[in-house]
Amino acid sequence: MTAVDDPRQLAYIAGQASDARVNLEIETEGMTLNIGPQHPATHGTLRIVVKLDGERVMRAEPIMGYMHRGYEKLTEVRTYPQVTSLINRIDWLGSFANEVPFILAAEQIMGVEAPPRAQWIRTLLFELSRIANVVLFLGDMGVQLGAVTPVFFAFRDREFVLNQIEAVTGGRFHPNFDRIGGLKDDIPRGWTEETKGVLGRIRKFCDEMEDLVTGNEIFQARTRGIGVIPADVGLSYGLSGANIRASGVDWDLRRDGGSGLVYDKLDWKVWTHPDGDSFARYWVRLQEVREACNMVEQLLDGIPSGPIMAKVPRIIKVPPGEAYVETENPLGVMGYYVVSKGDLVPYRVKIRSASFSNISITPWLLEGTYVPDVVSILASLYFILGDIDR
Amino acid sequence: MSDFLTLAVELAWWQQTGIRAVVGLVAVLLPAGTLVYLFLFKMMSFMQSRLGPMEAGPHGSLQLLAEVGKFLQKEDIVPEKADRIVFKAAPFVVLISTFLLVLVIPAGPDAWFIDVDTGIFLALAVSSISVIGILMAGWASSSKYSLLGALRAAGQLVAYELPLVLAVVGVVIQAGTLNMQGIVMAQATGEIFGWGGIGNPFIFTQFLGFAIFLVAVQAELTQPPFDMPVAESELVTGYLTEYSGLRFLLFFIGEFATAGIFAALAATLFLGGWYVPGIDPTSDLFNVIGPVVLLGKVILVSFLIFWFRFTYPRFREDQLQQLAWKVLIPLSLVNIVVTGVLKVVF
Amino acid sequence: MPGLLKGLGVTFRTMVRTLTKGSHTVQYPRVKEAPAPRARGVITLHEENCTSCMLCARECPDWCIYIEGHKYKAPPRRPGGKPRLKNALDRFDIDFALCMYCGICVDVCPFDALFWSPEFEYSEPNIADLLHDKTKLGQWMETVPDFQEYESGSEAKKPTVPQ
Repeated sequence: MTAVDDPRQLAYIAGQASDARVNLEIETEGMTLNIGPQHPATHGTLRIVVKLDGERVMRAEPIMGYMHRGYEKLTEVRTYPQVTSLINRIDWLGSFANEVPFILAAEQIMGVEAPPRAQWIRTLLFELSRIANVVLFLGDMGVQLGAVTPVFFAFRDREFVLNQIEAVTGGRFHPNFDRIGGLKDDIPRGWTEETKGVLGRIRKFCDEMEDLVTGNEIFQARTRGIGVIPADVGLSYGLSGANIRASGVDWDLRRDGGSGLVYDKLDWKVWTHPDGDSFARYWVRLQEVREACNMVEQLLDGIPSGPIMAKVPRIIKVPPGEAYVETENPLGVMGYYVVSKGDLVPYRVKIRSASFSNISITPWLLEGTYVPDVVSILASLYFILGDIDR
Repeated sequence: MSDFLTLAVELAWWQQTGIRAVVGLVAVLLPAGTLVYLFLFKMMSFMQSRLGPMEAGPHGSLQLLAEVGKFLQKEDIVPEKADRIVFKAAPFVVLISTFLLVLVIPAGPDAWFIDVDTGIFLALAVSSISVIGILMAGWASSSKYSLLGALRAAGQLVAYELPLVLAVVGVVIQAGTLNMQGIVMAQATGEIFGWGGIGNPFIFTQFLGFAIFLVAVQAELTQPPFDMPVAESELVTGYLTEYSGLRFLLFFIGEFATAGIFAALAATLFLGGWYVPGIDPTSDLFNVIGPVVLLGKVILVSFLIFWFRFTYPRFREDQLQQLAWKVLIPLSLVNIVVTGVLKVVF
Repeated sequence: MPGLLKGLGVTFRTMVRTLTKGSHTVQYPRVKEAPAPRARGVITLHEENCTSCMLCARECPDWCIYIEGHKYKAPPRRPGGKPRLKNALDRFDIDFALCMYCGICVDVCPFDALFWSPEFEYSEPNIADLLHDKTKLGQWMETVPDFQEYESGSEAKKPTVPQ
C-alpha cells in the first residue's frame, strides 16, 4: 500500500471507509443537497451530491455521465474525416483545439508531416481557439460569483474571434478544418490584417477585466485563499493546464511537449502563480489570454509561404500502428491514443480529456468548504461537460 | 390630504378613503414600474453594450405590461408538501410592509397620507415585517434550496437593520424631530454657514450616514452585492424557488416597489424630499410639483443602488455579516457621536 | 476601495458608450449582418457536374443525403459508334434536419458538384420541409459567392464556381 501522509486525504479516505461499514451509531444527518444536473451554476449537466452540515460541506461527490455521447465507440465506425468532424464537439468552446492532437496522432502513424505553412496556421487557429475559450471563462467566473456584467463583455469580444475563425474555416463553433497532412483550405486575403485588429479588442477586454473583476475587493474576498490546491496533490490527481500552473508547477506542453506545432519558433512565456487558490487560477488564465494574443501576433507576421497540404491520398487509409499525442489545450492536457489496423476507420481511439481529471479533485477539495465557496471553486477549476463526459 | 381636499370640494368619508387607496396604490406601483423599466431593463442593458427590450411599445416601454400579462396566465403551482396557507400568504406579508412604508413619506406640504410625530421611527419599524414574509416563503416551500435561502435572508436582514437605523439617527439629531414633514422643513429652511440659498440638504453634513444608509438599503433589498439569499448561481433564487406565476410577480413587484420606497426615504432624509430651492416651502404649488420632484430624486438615488447592483459580485454570507457588524455599525456610531457633538457646539 | 470604484467606472463608461455610439448588438431581423463568404450556411448542388457516384452519401457521418439514379443509354458521340452508358440523377435530397454542416460531402465530391453558400435563413415551421430536393438545392446555387483570393504566400489554386 502506498503511504498517504496528507491529513486531508487521510480524512477523506476515512470518511469513505466509515460510510462503507454498517454504522449503528446514528450520525447527525447532515442535509444532502443535489447541485445539478439542471442548475445555473454547473457548466452543463454535472451533478454534485453534497452533504451539508449547516453551510459547511462534509462530503461532496461529482456524478458525471449525464452528457455521455459515446465518442470512443463512435470513432470505431467512422472514417478519419468523419471522426475529425465529430471531435469538434468535445470541448465546444475552443473547438479547433480538439482536432489537433487526433490529427497529429494519425499523422504520426502514417509518417506524414504537414508542410510548414500548415503547421503555422494550425498553431494560429489553436491559439485563437484558446483565446475564445478562456475569454468566456473570464466572464463566466464573474457570473458564478454574482457579477452579471463581465459575461456580456466576454461574449461581445469573443464574437470577433469567432468571426475570424468563421472567415477561414466557415464555422464559428465547429471549424472541422484540420486534415491529415495539413489543413483543408488556405487563408483568404486580408485575414491577417483583420485578425490583428481583433487582437486589439481582446487586449482591451483583458484590461477591462482587470478593472472590473481582478481589482475588485469583493471578488478578491471571494477567491483569495479559497480552494487551495498544493502542487503535489494537484499532480497526483492529474490536474493539468492553468489549474496546475496556478499552484506553482512550471509545466506547459507547448514548451515541454512534442513537435507538430511551431511553439519553439515563438517568443513567449509560461505564467505560474504560487498560491494555488481560485484567484490564482483566474489570474493565470487572464495572463494566458494576453500571452496568446502576443503569440498570435507573432504567428501572423511569420506565416511561411508554401503548400497547405502534404501529398496524401484522397481516401485516407492509415497503416497499422498506434500513437499517443497530447497537446496543451485551453482546458488542460488533451490526448488521443489512436490504434489503427489499416482500415478506413480507426480500431480504437482513447480520448484523455482534461476536465475529467480536473474534476476528480473535487471530493478532496470541496470538503470543509462553505456552499458559496463550492461555486467559486468549481468556477475556477473550469470544466466543460462535453470534455468530462465525451 | 384631508386639508387639501376639503379646501377644493366637500367629499364624503368613503370617497376620501377611496381616493387615498387609489393614490396609495399608484404611489407604490408607479415608482416600481418606472424603476423596473428604467434600470432593470434599460440601464442594465446599456451597461452590457446591448439595447434591452425594444419591441413592446416605443423603446420597450410596455415590456413590464407584457411581463405582467405573461405572469398572469401561468399555472398556479403549489408544491405538494408545502404548507398551503403560509405559502400563499407570504408574498402578501412582504407587500404589506411596502404599503405601510409608503404611508409616512410626504410628497408635498399638504400631500401626505399620515402625519405622525414618530414618522421615521414608524417607517423603520414597519420595514422589518418583510423578514417574516421571507421566512414564511422559505419555510413553507418545503424545499432545501428555499430553506437555505430564507435562513440566509433572515440573518442578513436582521443584521443590516442596525446600520439602517443608526444612519438615520444622525439625521434626526440634526433635524431635531422624528416627524418626516419636519425633517423636510428643516432641510428646506436650514442654512449652510449662513447662506440659505439651497436650504440645508443633510447629505452635505451626513455624507457618511448617506453612504451607510445606501449600503444598508442594498442589503435590505437583497440586491447584489448582498444577494446571497437569492444567489442565482447556487440556490436558483433561494426562497423564491417554488414561486411561479402571479405569486412570483408579487414578490418581484414588491422588491422593486420597496427599492423605490427606500430610495424615497433616502431622498426625504438626505436630499430634501419634495423641496426644490427657490420656491417658498409652504406654498400650494408644491402640492403639485412635489411628487414630481420626489420622483426625480427617487430615480437619482435608485440609479446609485442599481449601478452597484450590476457591477459587483456578491459577498459570501459571513463576509456580509462581518461587514455589517465590524464596519458599518462602528462607523454609524462614530457618525452619531460626531453629529451630536457638532450639533451642541454649533 | 479603489478597485470597487474602478469597476463602477467601467460599467458607467460602457453605458455612456452605448448611449452615444450605439449598442454592440443589431436588432435582427430589422438589421441583418452578412456572414463571411466561406460561412457554412447551406449546401448547393450543380446538377450538371453530378455523376451519381454516391461518394457524398457514403461519406456523410449522418447519412442525410439521399441519392437515386439510373443508367441510360445516350446516343453515340459520332455516327457509327456504340451508345454510351450514362448516369442520370433521379433524386438528390439533403435532409438539413440531420445535417451537421461538417462539409465532408463538399470536400470528397470529385466532380465539384457541391458548394457551400452562406445563406442561413431557411428555417421552416414544418420539419419535413427541411428536406431540400434537387430543384431547391439547385436554386441555392445563385447565392454561392465567388471563391476568395488567397493570402500572399499561398500556393493553392483558387477554384471557380461554375455558372
